[in-house]
Amino acid sequence: MYDKGKIIGGLAIFLCLASFPVWYMAASGKADYRPNPVLPASENQCVESAQYMKEYHMQLMQQWRDQAVRQGDNIYVSSDNRTFDINLTGTCFKCHTSKADFCDRCHSYTGTAPNCWECHNVPPVNSPPQGIQ
Amino acid sequence: MYIDRRSFLKLTALGLLALAAKPALDLISKPAAASALNGLIAGKRMAMVIDLNVCTALDGCVDCIAACHRVHNVPDIGNRKEEIKWLWEVGYNQAFPDQENKFAPEPLQDRRVLVLCNHCDNPPCVKVCPTQATWKRDDGIVMMDYHRCIGCRYCMAACPYGSRSFNWRDPRPYIKDIEQGYPTRTKGVVEKCNFCEERLADGLQPACVEACTSGALKFGDLKSGTEVHSLISSEFSLRRKAELGTLPQVYYVL
Amino acid sequence: MIENILRGGRKYWLLVSGLLLLIAAGLAAYLQQWNTGLAVTGLSRDISWGLYIANFTFFVGVAASAIMIVVPYYLHTAKEFRRILILGEFMAVAACLVAITFILVDLGQPARVLNIILYPSPSSVIFWDVVVLTVYLLLNIVLGWVALDAEYKEVNPPGWLKPLAIISIVWAVSIHTVTAFIYAGLAARIFWLTALLAPRFLASAFASGPALLILLALAMKKWGNFDPGNQSLDKVAKIVAYAISITVFFLLLEVFTVFYSRVPEAMAHFQYLLFGLDGHYGLVPWAWASVLLACVAIVLLVIPSSRKNHGILALACAAVFIAIWIDKGLGLVIPGFVPSPLGEISEYTPTLIEILITLGVWAMGGLIVTLLFKVVLNIRQGNQ
Repeated sequence: MYDKGKIIGGLAIFLCLASFPVWYMAASGKADYRPNPVLPASENQCVESAQYMKEYHMQLMQQWRDQAVRQGDNIYVSSDNRTFDINLTGTCFKCHTSKADFCDRCHSYTGTAPNCWECHNVPPVNSPPQGIQ
Repeated sequence: MYIDRRSFLKLTALGLLALAAKPALDLISKPAAASALNGLIAGKRMAMVIDLNVCTALDGCVDCIAACHRVHNVPDIGNRKEEIKWLWEVGYNQAFPDQENKFAPEPLQDRRVLVLCNHCDNPPCVKVCPTQATWKRDDGIVMMDYHRCIGCRYCMAACPYGSRSFNWRDPRPYIKDIEQGYPTRTKGVVEKCNFCEERLADGLQPACVEACTSGALKFGDLKSGTEVHSLISSEFSLRRKAELGTLPQVYYVL
Repeated sequence: MIENILRGGRKYWLLVSGLLLLIAAGLAAYLQQWNTGLAVTGLSRDISWGLYIANFTFFVGVAASAIMIVVPYYLHTAKEFRRILILGEFMAVAACLVAITFILVDLGQPARVLNIILYPSPSSVIFWDVVVLTVYLLLNIVLGWVALDAEYKEVNPPGWLKPLAIISIVWAVSIHTVTAFIYAGLAARIFWLTALLAPRFLASAFASGPALLILLALAMKKWGNFDPGNQSLDKVAKIVAYAISITVFFLLLEVFTVFYSRVPEAMAHFQYLLFGLDGHYGLVPWAWASVLLACVAIVLLVIPSSRKNHGILALACAAVFIAIWIDKGLGLVIPGFVPSPLGEISEYTPTLIEILITLGVWAMGGLIVTLLFKVVLNIRQGNQ
């Protein structure tokens, strides 16, 4: 090919730069870091299983949101037939009492910034939750 | 790549069919519209009656307004340009501009009238919302979904009563004591009175009705036998701009 | 074809740089608005639509006006429009994009704009406006680009282009009628609740759009070495003359209805606009400036000798453009909100940030027009 040296050299530099995050993390030992959210002391089972919540808590909350806000139905029956009040502050935050120690631990690590808290109040909760939230 | 016209048309038709599959499925599998609330206070047509004869707003009473704005984290922005209000009072001629009559009795003309969202039975705001962020519930309450609102403010233009407010900025710094039991809103969404639907679900009366010490505010289902029904079927009442056909559900007993 | 945007002289690059600078300023201002919210504008609880929606309404009209060239050319085979036809279509593309951008900068939660598509609401006129504007934009992109491509290759455009152009004629009427319906269907706002609003919109669009096209064509003649043809310019100028006359006539119709019947609520809005109300006169000088400019323009355009003088023609077209920008922009939106539904009167003044964002969006439209026209110019010069 023409300009073999420049092309292969350029490709090599590009691959180095593109894969920078991978080999830098491996070399600096930071790759072993895992986020450690503080789990609630009171309960040991969330609305659904921990694995399910890790993967689908956003979808579950969107389902809760539409069910409660738009259909007026604020009772959720979980997959193991327990019933819960659809209420961010009254149900979720009753156990997960600190945003900084729980929610933020994973969200900061993954670089996501969900805007739920622009409206929904962050614990600690100082007044009883009312109706649907 | 060579493809003849017939194959192309067949592929396109298949593609369009595939795109239509999910919406079609959603259409036929949509659950029936929400039945009655799980709460204690439900009905077919919720309405409010405001008895202007006993309301003490003229004496400076603002109990209902204070309760509403406290319970729902309504911010106090501090200027008329950006103010947010769910319930407030205006003069008689402002509330009822079609009742022009300079010889009307003075007590009537001096009256202060509480105004709020009328939760119309034919709401123009619901008609114009491009995302259905506002909709009429089965019990007649006109709801707001702050998650879906894109802040286009078309509903504000469509409301004949000026009931809606917009969050021109983040409201949180302007809320004195955030009531943790109810969310705040964020910048860029429209808000208005919601007939305390979250309190109704818990079997409570709306905050303004509960806070009123003179008994001027009554709330309930308009079916026969209820207090609101007997009030408006036995006394003369006015509604704001009734001629527009919005069928407002806040009745003012004079 | 598009590589032609990189081939230009000193004046071209100066223009492009200036426009990019304005766009950058607009973006910086928009960043403020994104962070703080729409509180940085002059909008208020009573006057919740302002400069952005005013510009949106105006530029939808400019976009629709492309058919004023398409109709004579395709339906009446007025061959002299051939040279400026594509300029009209590309101007429509730019105007469409400007209109859509003005909506986006006006939204309180712009990141959620796709909700309009995810949750279609057929009862909302804004939903239909999004649909028709998108289709119209695509129509004009295809019409312009395919025609230009055929010109570049020095062949006839494909046969399906003409039916598409006919569709665009009907569609152009629809985009501005639907935009008018956004206002005209609101029982709450008596200033807009008139069946005459859609005809007013169309008439003013067919005046302001071709006026802008004439200005652009004259600019191209002066600086782009492009001759649009005196015959075509004169014909378009006559279209502007008719359209602006009808526009003024329609305004007089509205004024009569309101001031003869003397319904207080209807009168109040027109009084605010034309004479001031309760000590608030903000729009009065603008309203009368618009009327004056329109009348002067009518005179200049109707008299053949002044119409055929390109210097005077340019002034007349600028007068038409500005007059209608006022009348259909702030002169339409603000009086709709004043007095408020509770009879309260307030005023609206756009803030610096609002003006910078507006300039930025205008500059974006100017850039699109510049780039597309450059491609046309280069191809035509290359073909010579």
